[in-house]
Amino acid sequence: MALSLREYRARIKSVESTKKITRAMELIAASRIIKAQQRAQAAAPYARELTRAVSAVATFSNVDHPLTTEPENPTRAAILIVTSDRGLAGAYSSSVIKEGERLTEKLREEGKEVDTYISGRKGVAYFKFRRRPIVEQWTGFSDQPTYDVAREIGDRLIEAFLAGAAGESASQSEDDVRGVDEVHVIYTRFRSMLVQEPTAVRLLPLEVVEGEERPSEEEALPLYEFEPSAAEVLDGLLPRYVQSRIYFALLQAAASELAARQRAMKAATDNAEELIKKYTRIANQARQAGITQEISEIVGGVNALADATAGSE
Amino acid sequence: MSDDLLHVELVAADRLVWSGEATMVIARTTEGDVGILPNHAPMLSLMVDGVVDVQTAEGETWVAAVDAGFLSVANNRISILSEHAEMSHEIDLEKARTELERAKTAGEYDSEVEAEDAIRRAEARIRAVERAS
Repeated sequence: MALSLREYRARIKSVESTKKITRAMELIAASRIIKAQQRAQAAAPYARELTRAVSAVATFSNVDHPLTTEPENPTRAAILIVTSDRGLAGAYSSSVIKEGERLTEKLREEGKEVDTYISGRKGVAYFKFRRRPIVEQWTGFSDQPTYDVAREIGDRLIEAFLAGAAGESASQSEDDVRGVDEVHVIYTRFRSMLVQEPTAVRLLPLEVVEGEERPSEEEALPLYEFEPSAAEVLDGLLPRYVQSRIYFALLQAAASELAARQRAMKAATDNAEELIKKYTRIANQARQAGITQEISEIVGGVNALADATAGSE
Repeated sequence: MSDDLLHVELVAADRLVWSGEATMVIARTTEGDVGILPNHAPMLSLMVDGVVDVQTAEGETWVAAVDAGFLSVANNRISILSEHAEMSHEIDLEKARTELERAKTAGEYDSEVEAEDAIRRAEARIRAVERAS
């Protein structure tokens, strides 16, 4: 019994207040997760219609677009890692970063240089701490991304990709935009409340056929007229398709982050409860030991006193 | 799907704004205003910032302000896709007016193009409200 009763009581109090915080965070995450899922659902019609339109154009025109063309000799790749802004979400950020590292390693082995783009403060901190270069970073929205952010990220990545397609030598020196030959996105896919998995997908060059929200094939796609022309429609359509895919990734990541946080905070709350139970037991033991000691001291004192008076008489 | 009605879906990036049956849709594409009636040939076209008029099957008319986007028509089904879209009754007229003023006085935006975009958007929203009332 190394510590006194008072110290155990202080410890219990501190764990109790920590528990209050983790419990509150758990509840907040739980309520936000519903909103995040609703947002993901609300974004689905746009993605679906866009995918329909893109596949319509891709099927009925033979227009080659820079965004869909495979570069012959890819030498540089960009990866976008979607992490969270805040911690206390268990292994959420670290597992997505780990997936990113794995992909980086793989791309390096294929002889490509890797440019890193990061969304979310945690990822930025990870790279800054290791003094590794980040080409561009976006922070401050990870639990409720807006479409505008997705557009900004999309525009930046498309710009880099087009610079790569236009020819590396010319674009590299003139401005800061270094061209890349492919773009990958690493985000955490929200499978269910319990399962979220880090996923890497190649965003550019585009493969229109892939995608989980493909339109149903119940009706054959009609022969479209394009206004002003197929090429121009494609020009407008593809960047938006890219943005919408990034938006999808951000929304999934947001839902995953909240789910991970809720789980982590639930575990923390449970642990706190356990600790409180344990400390309460030890504190009670200490209290009892104290009382026993006091009694035996009093009894001892009384006996000594009785002996002394008995001896004097 | 009925023969003489259009099924309209007005979709913004983050939500479905409106969907329902209509008899006519007017939108502004890069080539100019286009009116679409039932049984229109399949079409895909680029829209510019502006307003979309829809005459519903019940004979009502509503107006929406949209950003640049897409219009696709097929099998009496129209999808209007835009990054931001607002129905006229959702638009705060005062706010749109002050935004227009701000955009016109400039200085707030980094480039001419951005300021012009902001002006066009604000004007589209004001137009939508005025048209609806």
